[in-house]
Amino acid sequence: MAAKENLIVESKGSGQPFNYAVGMHGSRFFKELRENRKLLGIKCPKCGKVYVPPRRVCGECFAEMTVFVEVGPKGVIGTFTILRYAFIDPETGEQKPVPYGYGFIRFDGADTLFQHYISIEDESKIKIGARVEPVFSEERKGNVKDILYFKVIDGE
Amino acid sequence: MPKKRVAIVGTGQTYHKSHRPDVNGQELINEAVQRALKDADLTIKDIDAVVIGNMDHFEGINYVDCWSVDGSGGTMKPVIKLTTGGTTGSTLAIGGYHLVASGFFEKVLVIGWEKNSESDTTGAITTAFDPVWDRLVFAGAISGLAAEAQAYMAKYGATEKDAARVSVRDRKHACNNPHAQLRREITIEDVLASPMLADPIHLLDVCPRTDGACAVIMASEDCAGKVTSTPDWIWTTANRHKYTYLGDVNWGELDSIAEASREIYAKAGIREPRKEIDVIELYQPYSFAGIIWIEDLGIVEKGKGAEYIWSGATDMGGELPINPSGGVIACNPIGATGLIRCAEAALQVMGKAEARQVPDVNFAISTGFGGCMWSDMLLHGKRKPDF
Amino acid sequence: MDKAAVIGVGITKIEANKIKETFADMVWEAVNKALSDAKMTIDDIDNVITTSNDFWDGRTISCMAVGDASGARHKNVSCVEGDGTFGAFYGLARVLSGSYGTTLVTAHSKGSESVSSLITNAAFDPIYDRALGMDMVSACALQARAYMHRTGTTPEQMAMVSVKNHGNAKYNPLSQLPMDITVQDVLESEMISDPLHKLDCSPVSDGCCAVIIANGKRTSRYGGVPVWIKGVAFCADSYFIGDREISKAVALTKAAKNAFSMAQITDPLSEIDVAEVYDAFTYQELMWIEAMGLSEGGKAGINLEKGHYDIKGRLPVNPSGGLLSGHPVIAGGLIRIAEIVKQLRGEAGGYQVAGARTGVAHGVNGLCGQSHCVWVLTAS
Repeated sequence: MAAKENLIVESKGSGQPFNYAVGMHGSRFFKELRENRKLLGIKCPKCGKVYVPPRRVCGECFAEMTVFVEVGPKGVIGTFTILRYAFIDPETGEQKPVPYGYGFIRFDGADTLFQHYISIEDESKIKIGARVEPVFSEERKGNVKDILYFKVIDGE
Repeated sequence: MPKKRVAIVGTGQTYHKSHRPDVNGQELINEAVQRALKDADLTIKDIDAVVIGNMDHFEGINYVDCWSVDGSGGTMKPVIKLTTGGTTGSTLAIGGYHLVASGFFEKVLVIGWEKNSESDTTGAITTAFDPVWDRLVFAGAISGLAAEAQAYMAKYGATEKDAARVSVRDRKHACNNPHAQLRREITIEDVLASPMLADPIHLLDVCPRTDGACAVIMASEDCAGKVTSTPDWIWTTANRHKYTYLGDVNWGELDSIAEASREIYAKAGIREPRKEIDVIELYQPYSFAGIIWIEDLGIVEKGKGAEYIWSGATDMGGELPINPSGGVIACNPIGATGLIRCAEAALQVMGKAEARQVPDVNFAISTGFGGCMWSDMLLHGKRKPDF
Repeated sequence: MDKAAVIGVGITKIEANKIKETFADMVWEAVNKALSDAKMTIDDIDNVITTSNDFWDGRTISCMAVGDASGARHKNVSCVEGDGTFGAFYGLARVLSGSYGTTLVTAHSKGSESVSSLITNAAFDPIYDRALGMDMVSACALQARAYMHRTGTTPEQMAMVSVKNHGNAKYNPLSQLPMDITVQDVLESEMISDPLHKLDCSPVSDGCCAVIIANGKRTSRYGGVPVWIKGVAFCADSYFIGDREISKAVALTKAAKNAFSMAQITDPLSEIDVAEVYDAFTYQELMWIEAMGLSEGGKAGINLEKGHYDIKGRLPVNPSGGLLSGHPVIAGGLIRIAEIVKQLRGEAGGYQVAGARTGVAHGVNGLCGQSHCVWVLTAS
């Protein structure tokens, strides 16, 4: 009998394209971001918590939220990391450029955290509690990339 | 009181390795199933139903419950699939418990598996998160864990060295476990010198990726005693999958495990978990969790986790050994990982853990972790539950 | 089986594309409808089972998207991946185990967001079958051919299933495709995969269903009308299509036999008043009722011609319009349960089956009906 061989079957072209619905609440957030560089949260009628990104249900109260409120654009770093290892980004199929600052931002007036890039030009400034502001894209298309990244504000 | 009390009567694990090109998925599953059946001295004919789970995108196979029947032995039996991310394995164990406790089935075969080598793990985990809001910056499991570690460190001042001590413990324990993937001791210096992946997490702070499967046979009280003289009784289960969005998480403490554990302690009448629990198999995917989550479990006070770890209390021979198997840092076939915790806890209660046996185990806890900082938990006991 | 009941149901409208809504938005709607139907609040729910599929949702851990909307924040919760009938089974097991008194079960899917043939292609074995370019429709075409060959079922008889179900859908305000069509319309519709015409196939749909299950005293505590769960069973056949007797559904036969036996039904043909089955394709409705013992072997097509399966027939099948009139995968089977509940409460409006006391709901997992779940329900 021939020596045992471990064969594999490759499957590379099996990508599955999707059209994810942003939904009523997210669509409003992105429209406001694209057109007015404004950031919207949504307020729970029961507990008063302001959620970003806006969505329909307060999970804590199981209540429907309808009142949009403006938040930010400035905020603080809630928590963060600096990503240093390379990996393939499944959204693009390409290697993600590293290192990058990964922040959970609490916009002024919001209770939850918004995930985005933080500029790491000076890593020593990236701390929990540091104040940040967004840098908007000049060409905005109505998605999360309309914010390029957040940067630490000096002296605040 | 459950309609039927439930016990684990057999377990089986594969030869876990970073890459198992010698078997396909069904064959890997079958390896665990055959070992569990042999351990319980049963045949597939004795099995009334199969519960199986993994994370679909790791292997790229849809309807795994259907695809896997040649390996699971599920042909012409009831087969059901549960999937909840990293918690899948523990979710499966909780599922098996309820299917038997309901009285529908006497003996249920529970299978968790993953062939992580067959795809890009980080890519697949990243697609777990919201396509509109989260995927831009998200970088697999490690980014959420790093966010937790940073928040905890800022609040309680734990250090990277403290965390490294947890890695050292688990890797040492793993040397006693023939099923563990990484069976070589490491030092604190090794951990701190390993590449920084995402601040403050070094390579040796985190779990590897693994090909492996685990099978557990659960039986009702009507027949458990006939299968084995040392059944592992499942006293109770609880879980919390609290969050939908990562940005909502209460970073720095794992409130899901805090809530689930309090439910379990209340149901079982446990007042002092540190004294009443004999061993914990904690789904601890990175070292910092070994400090943070024992506080949330109520084993030690907030901020005292590192001190407790340094005392050696969680080492083999200590007051409350954690992860005698070497845990997730030494072996992580994701869809199986939570079920391996359950199987290892069962081995401890059954007195079958060999070189990694903790003496005189009356109560053991196994946990699962995953998703959006979610937790699952099972309480195992030597004695048949009295409720 | 111990006493348990479905005490509340909620179904969203089934639509081709709910572009305004996320998964969570749909779940929120269905859950609130079910709570209101059961006269309960979320605080009365002891635990939650969500049902979804990572491939269909384009998301690993698809259940994560709907935790808040299903009220699971501080509750025990789990997720079944597969048809909603399986999710409901686990929900039922959790109340019968004694751990919980009530389970909220949800199932959601949005076919509009993906390419269905790629999703179902991923259900084929990657080593042997996938590269052939198989998908659910082509595989079911093979099965349809085999079923027609074995039973002599004609394309006209299959077309009549489509005519009946789209016609029934006219009375169901939640349905996606109510239509007045003829046998000729079906036979002249585009040939998708021989012998299946376009109108032999269910559409791509978005939708969600929620069901509340209770045990013991909890069944009548809240003031909703309980519908009793008398028997439930599920069973999986072999995986490879070539390993199966593809013109028969032996796993369904076994599941149905077990469910009927649990429900102490000895002559299903005479004891079942209404059936909602998983008619993803026209031939499947005929094949499934035959496999369940609700038709004499090979005679379902002839019985259909005689009008036996019409709303006013001997055994009304899919009076709601079935999946042919709207097919949100995953939610599909749970909607069948919810529709039977409506029938047994006499609340099905224009498609009410007169005097329905005992009904069967059915769901499917996998390719060509590899795995089936059968529910037997009775009126209060």
